[in-house]
Order: sequence, then structure tokens, then C-alpha cells
Amino acid sequence: MSKFRKKKNDEQAAINTASLPDIVFMLLFFFMVATVMRDNTLMVENKLPAADQIQKLDKKDRVIYIYAGKPSARYETKYGDQARIQLNDKFSVVSDVGAYVLAERATKREELQNVLTTALKVDGETNMGVISDIKQELRKVNALKINYTTRVGDYTQNR
Amino acid sequence: MEDVIDPPVIKQRNIFTVVVNKNNMILVEEKLMDLSDVRKAAVKFLDNGGGLGEEACDYCKGERDRSSSDNPDKAIISLKNDRETDYKVYISVQNELVAAYNELRDREFIALYPNERMSFVEADKKYSDPRTRVKVKAALKVKLSVLKKMYPQKLSEAEPSKNI
Repeated sequence: MSKFRKKKNDEQAAINTASLPDIVFMLLFFFMVATVMRDNTLMVENKLPAADQIQKLDKKDRVIYIYAGKPSARYETKYGDQARIQLNDKFSVVSDVGAYVLAERATKREELQNVLTTALKVDGETNMGVISDIKQELRKVNALKINYTTRVGDYTQNR
Repeated sequence: MEDVIDPPVIKQRNIFTVVVNKNNMILVEEKLMDLSDVRKAAVKFLDNGGGLGEEACDYCKGERDRSSSDNPDKAIISLKNDRETDYKVYISVQNELVAAYNELRDREFIALYPNERMSFVEADKKYSDPRTRVKVKAALKVKLSVLKKMYPQKLSEAEPSKNI
């Protein structure tokens, strides 16, 4: 009878799971860092008109967006069916536009503050009155470069 | 205090008026017009070149009508909307007017720089593309500005009126 008989490995040892939390946390942090939150939930209808003489706006970091249109179906009971302006995540009135643009401008890098463009994403059915009111407000805060965002397409699609 | 500057005197023949009323009907030079004809009418106006002597336009291919624009530099398109005009109609009209300018610029660009093998719009796109090299950009910029001087985009927008 030998005392030093080797232990027989009857069963296969379980896989070492000590590093499992590390992997899980690594994935978690990766997705936390890499995820970009969509900063604007559309609360207005936004069927952009079509145009074909357009230019691409490739520097997205120097654009301020203003949305306008009829409140979407979800908000129709509360806000009615007249065209409204949406700034960030809430409905606004025309007089808020100036303050909003100034606030947005302050968040941008200093060297970009003078080259900002204001992009109007306006629903095709909106009246020009709203747009000219917005433009008046923008003029007051000296945001003179504006851009109308459209879809690519022929004007005949606008009928 | 802001200085009040008198508006410069512009001859009526050098203004191309486009009015869109609240029923989205388009009035060009006081005549009702379909949207599909606006581009042609604008090109005809811009390219008229009716001026004489110093104001003559040697590259215009228009009819040289004395009652229309003198030269593209003098020609101004005035766009006026009603507050109840639909945004999409406004964009369509604006689109057609810009298209008129682009059409003329394209024509002259191809005539002046046939070696580029592209139109003005394509050249402009290439110029604003961040991937284009600086050297190419500088060369394009000169050519583009020549064209922009030949057909400057003088599109004036009036304040929308309450009702037309």
C-alpha cells in the first residue's frame, strides 16, 4: 500500500471563472463609453421638403439645429395642430430662439463660435410666417448664417 | 445709433420679382407661372445681357432685350412670400432659382475650363469636400470665384407680407 499514490483525476476540473467579472465589466465599460445618446427626440412632424440644388454640410460640430412643424400625433392633444418650434427636447415659442442660440453658441469651442451655422429642419407643411419669425430672432442674436435642411429629390415631390 | 443708409436705386428692368401668395401660386414679373417654368424664366432674365457700352455682357447668350436685365452683375432676383405660404413651396422656388444660377455657371465653367472635365456644381462639391488636397482646392478656388463673379448670386428676400 503506497502512501503516495497519485490522486486520480476522475472528473474534469471546472473552468476557472475568476476572470468572468473582468470580461463582463470590460464589455460594460466599453459600451458605456462608446454609446452616443441621441440628443434630440423629435416631437414635431418632420417631413423635409425635397430639393436638388443642395450642398453638403460636412462639419457637424459647428451646426445648431432648430426643428419646426406640427406636433406629432402623440402630442397633438396637448399642443394642438399649429406648427411649433422645437429646441433641444421641448416645444418653445419664437422668443426663446435667441436665448437658445446664444446658449448653444456658448457650449461650442471658442474658435468655432464665429463660424456657426443654424440649420432649420422644418416640415414642408409649415407656413412661412413661422420661419420668418425664427429668422428675425436669429438676426437679433447675429446668427446670420442659416441653412435649410432638405431631402435629396426633385421639386415635383413637394406637391 | 445706426446710420440710415438710403437704399441704392435699382432700375426696374434689373429686378426679377417672384411672389408666392398664400395659396402657393407663383407670380413671376406679375404673371402667374407654373413652378416648372420658373427656372427657364430666371435663366432668361439673368442671361439677357441687354446693357450697352460699359454695361454690356460679352458672355451672355440671352436675347439682349432692352427691357430686361443689363448684365448678370446688375440682375437681382427678388423673392417675396406670404406668411401663409407653405415652406415646401418656398424651398421649391428657392431651389429653382438657385438651379438657374447653377445652370449658367455650369455652362460658362465648361466653356472656360474644358480641361477640368466637370461642371461648376461638381467643382464646387469637390472644393468643399474635406478629402480634396489643399493644392487642388487652391486651384479650384480661383476658377470658382471667376464664375461667381460672372454670375453673382444676387437673390434678395423680402420680409413676408401679411396678405397679398
